[in-house]
Amino acid sequence: MNNPPDKPQPQSTALVIDDEPQIRRLLRVTLESNGFRVFDAANGQEGIVQAAQCRPDVILLDLGLPDMDGVAVLKRLREWSQVPVLILTVRDREDDKIAALDAGADDYVTKPFSTGELLARLRVARRHAQTPSDLAVFRSGRLEVDLSSRLVKVEGREVKLTATEYSLLRLFVHHAGKVLTHKQILREVWGPNQVEQTQYLRVYVAHLRDKLEENPAQPELIITEPAVGYRLIEKG
Amino acid sequence: MTEDLRPNPDALLSALKSEEARRNRGSLKVFLGMSPGVGKTYAMLEAARRELAAGRDVVIGYVETHGRKETDALTEGLPILPRKSLEHRGIQLAEMDLDAILERRPELVLVDELAHTNAAGSRHPKRWQDVKELLDAGINVFTTVNVQHLDSRADTVRQITGAEIRETVPDSLLDSAELELVDLPPAELLERLQQGKVYVPDRAAAAAANFFRESNLTALRELALRLVADHVGEKTTEYHRTQSTAGPWKTGHRLLVAVSPSPFSEPLIRWTRRIADSLKCSWVAVHVENSKLPNEAVQARLEKNLALARNLGADVIATADEDLVGGLLRTAHEQNVTLIIVGKPVASGFLEWFRAGRFLRRLVQASGNIDVQVVRAEKSEGVRAKSGWRLAIESGWKQYAVAAGVIAGVGLANVALNYFTGPRVPGLVFLLAVVILGLFLGRGPVFFAGAVSALAWNYFFLPPPYTFIISSAEDAVLFGTYFVVALVLGQLVARIRTQEQAERRREQRAVALYQLTRELAQAGTRDEVVWQLMGEVTRVFHAQAAVVLPMGDKLAAHPDSSLDLTDKELNVAVWAFHNRQAAGRFTDNLPGSDALHLPLTTERAVLGVLVVKLPDKTLNLAQRDLLETYARQAALVLDRVALRAAAEQSKLVAESERLSNALLNSISHELRTPLAAITSAAANLVDTRQGSAEIRNAMVGEIQEATARLNRLVGNLLDVTRLESGHVRAKLDWCDVGDLIHTTLRSLDRELEGRKVKLQVQEKLPLARLDFTLTQQALANLLLNIAVHTPPGTSVEIIASHRDSILQLSVADNGPGISAEILPKIFEKFFRAPSAPAGGSGLGLPIVKGFIEAQGGQVIAANRPAGGTVFTILVPQTEQPPRSEPSM
Repeated sequence: MNNPPDKPQPQSTALVIDDEPQIRRLLRVTLESNGFRVFDAANGQEGIVQAAQCRPDVILLDLGLPDMDGVAVLKRLREWSQVPVLILTVRDREDDKIAALDAGADDYVTKPFSTGELLARLRVARRHAQTPSDLAVFRSGRLEVDLSSRLVKVEGREVKLTATEYSLLRLFVHHAGKVLTHKQILREVWGPNQVEQTQYLRVYVAHLRDKLEENPAQPELIITEPAVGYRLIEKG
Repeated sequence: MTEDLRPNPDALLSALKSEEARRNRGSLKVFLGMSPGVGKTYAMLEAARRELAAGRDVVIGYVETHGRKETDALTEGLPILPRKSLEHRGIQLAEMDLDAILERRPELVLVDELAHTNAAGSRHPKRWQDVKELLDAGINVFTTVNVQHLDSRADTVRQITGAEIRETVPDSLLDSAELELVDLPPAELLERLQQGKVYVPDRAAAAAANFFRESNLTALRELALRLVADHVGEKTTEYHRTQSTAGPWKTGHRLLVAVSPSPFSEPLIRWTRRIADSLKCSWVAVHVENSKLPNEAVQARLEKNLALARNLGADVIATADEDLVGGLLRTAHEQNVTLIIVGKPVASGFLEWFRAGRFLRRLVQASGNIDVQVVRAEKSEGVRAKSGWRLAIESGWKQYAVAAGVIAGVGLANVALNYFTGPRVPGLVFLLAVVILGLFLGRGPVFFAGAVSALAWNYFFLPPPYTFIISSAEDAVLFGTYFVVALVLGQLVARIRTQEQAERRREQRAVALYQLTRELAQAGTRDEVVWQLMGEVTRVFHAQAAVVLPMGDKLAAHPDSSLDLTDKELNVAVWAFHNRQAAGRFTDNLPGSDALHLPLTTERAVLGVLVVKLPDKTLNLAQRDLLETYARQAALVLDRVALRAAAEQSKLVAESERLSNALLNSISHELRTPLAAITSAAANLVDTRQGSAEIRNAMVGEIQEATARLNRLVGNLLDVTRLESGHVRAKLDWCDVGDLIHTTLRSLDRELEGRKVKLQVQEKLPLARLDFTLTQQALANLLLNIAVHTPPGTSVEIIASHRDSILQLSVADNGPGISAEILPKIFEKFFRAPSAPAGGSGLGLPIVKGFIEAQGGQVIAANRPAGGTVFTILVPQTEQPPRSEPSM
């Protein structure tokens, strides 16, 4: 390996699994300049081996691999590891993207992506992996959620939520900054038998926006990820 | 007169055509003998061994050596295909395995005894038909036959030997064959016979003794020699014809022979064939059918005669006309006939003699420039001609019973009448009854009624009563007149009725044909043709029918067929398709089948097979004619449909060529522009002299904009490809339209920079059933379209409403609008407005259209009265939005 063994440990490691050399080169430059130690693999098989050997802190996985399906690689990884996985995808493979998220990927970026977007996603994914969200109070912009006392405030004023609205919000808070697929939300909030009932979700997200957003028609907290799901934005 | 020596172009063409057909067909070599025992099989095997030695692929399909050692020895080394075993009424019979030969496809196959009759259950009744199929399949055949078995010689042989010839082979089969005479002097043959070297079945020994007489054999030998000589002569003529050496052939002759069910027709047909042979011309056999329904026996005799004519090489034509002379002459003119051949009538009574004489006189008078030849008709043995009177009884016993009943009833009434009026009035009443009966009954029963009433009148009423004696001269005249008037009336009434019936039948047929033609003319697809044909056949014939068509790479019944085809029937249909011949019931090909299989053929191609299962036991000529016409019409229309499909296909190809050109033009421009921007921006970045932070940022901005544009283009191309390949399947789900609009706007932040966007979303807009991604992209493309085509600062309005179960989503601007002439074209692929600024690919709007239509909606573009354009997406909403509170 080209990494000197005597380097100090606290440095984070990332594994890039992508068959395009140019993408691997660019990601290496980007990630290294942001303090990651980078390993890479050009196909799924190699990626799985690398993941086992190097124990990376985060994996960037391309869905279009030459030897095996990216979702299959993810499933293999998930058999033994909970390492955060960020999916790299292109626009015409939306179904794969959703399948990968449902199969346990943490988030995704669509190629072509900006560096800022990629790093933000990586940060969120790693944070969720490191600290299983046990924080008592969540704050994002005008919203404040006290999970211990089930208190929701907007600009300091308490907002009444129904039980369903609250469990939906709590789910978003637990995964703040991460994308949640329709299926994941429906399963968590309404139960495994209701995963096709997207209309419930639409209605309750609209309710939540009405109560939490400054302008519900232009939401800034709970935003829609087209065809995939929703994401609760973290703001300072 | 040198011109006359040049070959006739038509004759030349037909010679060339037959030459070409022959090249694809297998060639036939016939070893012809004068009688059994001359060594045909031996000669054939010897010839086959020579072929084998020359390296050709020879197999024995069927050879009967009758256990003779010398012959057996010759079969050694020649591969023998196993025979097919058939069971018929408990007897095992071994027949030639036709399918095995067709599958094996040897170069040359040996098939002994051409005239053999196959066991019941075989594909063809006769072995010569098997041979024909082998030839059609391109396999060469060696075969053997005796001269007595040839159709045109069978009569002569019977006259010479007195032996009945049951198995015959059509002469037409030999027309294109090579003949090899296997000759043996009669004395030597008789010697061989005595030595037991000639196979004679035990039960035929007595007949054989009669047959194998030196005088017979000499005559047969002469017959065989002459046949071969004629054949060689014909070959020479054909050679002359093709080789442009002006030869002594005659052209332009065409013979017509009138065929009736009468046994006299048979020799007449053979005779015509012989004349046609000697004139080297074609001939037609014509049967004129009238409205009298022949009984089954008569029908069978007619079919036999027509089949004979067909086998002898005639074009067989059946036509319908009440007037025999008219029908014959009409057909003769249609067929450009030069000579009509009719039999010399053998009249047994005055009436027949009178009728026959009238027929001949009228024929000769009306024939104009066509020659008429009257040939002495010679009856075949054992079959008695049935006189015309017999036909009368065929009207049915019921009718006679009715006639008798009515006359008896009227008789009783007359007894009362007689009491008041005297004996003459009952006569008139009887006459009235006969006339009325004539309106309802056939000719026979009317005659019967006339005769019985006349006798009854005489016996019961005319003095002296209860005797057949007529006392006064006056009464005698009255009685005589009565008798004649009754008969003539009956005859006249019957004739009118017959004509009326014929008229009606002809009309029915014409109507049926007209209907079919009209229905078919409207059919635009193969399915419609089949449907119409099926309907007509079922309606007119009360039959079940199926149409077998090529589906994929095999033949299968069309699903609209009313007849379920068994595998066996389907095989018959397949045979009819490949051989382009009618098969199945009522034909010579695979007659064991339950249905009639008519191939749908045109000059160009064979398009399918019409399979008809008729409820009746017989198929008369008119019915068959109509069915064949149906098949022909359907074939023409199917052909037309196929041609149209091909034309459309080629139009489609042209269209896709145009598209791919447009694609190449558009893509090369659209791809290169951002690439050029990226390249030059990157070069500027490298150039250190322009290293100010401001310029660097500007260059990076250019690169980012160019990549965004490239990304959009690739996205559009992908979408178009998905639409084209039909992979776009809308996944309808409940969507919040407001959310959808907002998400779209958010993704277009950069592109819509500096434009005021006004939202007008209906209060409490219910959830809509949409494909979120497709609708979002459609909306995005509409907004991008505005971004590209309107000046900066143009305001945009998005209006969403849900009314009358329709979701309406409009995107409007107050820009320059779209000119009226290009408005209808804007949804076409790669269409770009002439004045359009750079940056579009001509794909955005077609994608909008495709994505919205995939969801069952539509897009409308229009100019706003106040200026600017409005695009409206309409998606019907059939389902009610669900309850918002789920049951938990």
